[in-house]
Order: sequence, then structure tokens, then C-alpha cells
Amino acid sequence: MMPELGKYAAEVLSAYAVTLGLLFALVLVSVARARRVKGELEEIEHRSKTRG
Amino acid sequence: MASIWEYANPLKFMRTTEAALPFIGWAAALCLGVGLVWGFFFTPDDFRQGSTVKIFYIHVPSAMMAINIWVMMLITSLIWIVRRHHVSALAARAAAPIGAVMTLIALFTGAVWGQPMWGTWWAWDPRLTSFLILFLFYLGYMALWAAIENDDTAADLTSILCLVGSVFALLSRYAVNFWNQGLHQGASLSLDKKENVADVFWYPALVSIAGFVLLFVALVIVRTNTEIRARRARALMARERLG
Repeated sequence: MMPELGKYAAEVLSAYAVTLGLLFALVLVSVARARRVKGELEEIEHRSKTRG
Repeated sequence: MASIWEYANPLKFMRTTEAALPFIGWAAALCLGVGLVWGFFFTPDDFRQGSTVKIFYIHVPSAMMAINIWVMMLITSLIWIVRRHHVSALAARAAAPIGAVMTLIALFTGAVWGQPMWGTWWAWDPRLTSFLILFLFYLGYMALWAAIENDDTAADLTSILCLVGSVFALLSRYAVNFWNQGLHQGASLSLDKKENVADVFWYPALVSIAGFVLLFVALVIVRTNTEIRARRARALMARERLG
């Protein structure tokens, strides 16, 4: 299944590994911050409402 | 037909984009999966570049995105300057880290590809240098947003920085044509079939580019909505502090 990359295997594999790693990290950080900020805002809005 | 300016309303923007987000996210995952698997596993080696041609399917889309994300930031910054829509300024802020990552990927994959083909990881070639400066502009843009407490002042100053940085986004794209020197070749992709890469490389590259574009759209929606919520949270907290 793995294609024959020959003498350039290290270059090709490292390019793909770093790219996928960075994209995955970017998605993870973006989603995690989105959840955290959404939770914080809900808490602040709830606090504002209960205080009137 | 609704006017585009209706989406300057944060609630309308969030409702519309969050409804579209699952479709865009899945389309991005599908296109990226198909494009990269097709490019990596099912395309032949180039007769001169060998298997390093497989780097093409990540290097070209990321480099295209690095430049075009700055163009998107330029447009949204101009909208902020002219019409003072907060969603527009926050969209530019949300896009910057994605652009920085795309530029970093383009620089890294370019260096890894350049070493076996040119015999060097790096050269002070017009395109490579303008890309490095573009990356530094992305970092500076993000640092400026983080350094200024007042959102409107930060949006004003970063918009001006974005206008200045656009020169380097433009140079990154056209440096080869302007100076006609250095190691980096001209554009690999062209609408002219004679100039374009062979179809066997072109089709998977096209799917991969679509994947990168859709991933950017999905991420910029998530991040813009986060910035809108964070801005509202800051405003509510400031109101709480006032009593």
C-alpha cells in the first residue's frame, strides 16, 4: 500500500507529517477555545440575568 | 435577496454560519482526505523530481492560502475602516492565525522540497524572502491585536498594518515575475493547458486545494464566532465592573 518513495522518503514523509500535525493542532486549538469562550459567555450572561 | 450587510449583525452572522458549518466542515474533511490520499498514494513520480513531487499537494495549496488569506484580511480590514462593522474586523483577526500556519507550512514544505532539488534548504530568493516577510507580518498582526486592550483601537491599527503587509502578499505571488531571478520557478498552475502541470498531478492538486479552502472557511467561521462571543463577554464584564 505504501508508495515507493526511494531516497526522498524522509523529505516527503516529514513534509506530510508536519503539515498534518500543524493543521490538526490548529483545528484542535480553535475548537477548544470556541468551547471555552462559549461556556464563559453563558456563565457571564446567566450572572447578569440573575443580578437583574 | 438579502443584502450582504445584514451579516454585519453578529447574531445574524452567527446563526447563518453555524447552520452552514457542519456541511463545510465535512466537505473540507472529504476534499482534504481524497486530495491528499490520491496525491500521496495514487500518483506517479515525476521523471526529474522523483517522489518529492508528492510535496506539491500540500506546498501549493498552503502557499496559495497564505497569500489569499491575507487578501481576505485586507478586504475585511477595508470594510472595517470604511463601514465600521465589528464582525468584519473580528473576521480578519480570526483569519490571521490560520494564515500564519499556512505560511509556515509553505515555508517548511518548500525548504524540505528545495533541499534535494536545489541543494539548499533556503536561499534569499525573491519569492522565499517575501514569503518569510509575509510570515513575520502575520506574527506582527497577531501581536498587535493581543497588545491593545481597546478592541476598536486594535482593529484600526491592525487594519493599517494589514494594508502595509499587502505589499508583501502581492510580492509573494508575483516576485518571480517582477525580478525574474532566484531559485523558485514561476506558477506551477495555469488556466492555459500548455502551461499547466500534467492532468495526472493537476486533478488531485485541485481536490487538495478545494480541501484547504474549505478548511479555511470552516476554521474562520469557528474563530470569528469565538471572537464575537469573546467581545460580548468583555463588554458584559466591563458593565459588571461599572456596577
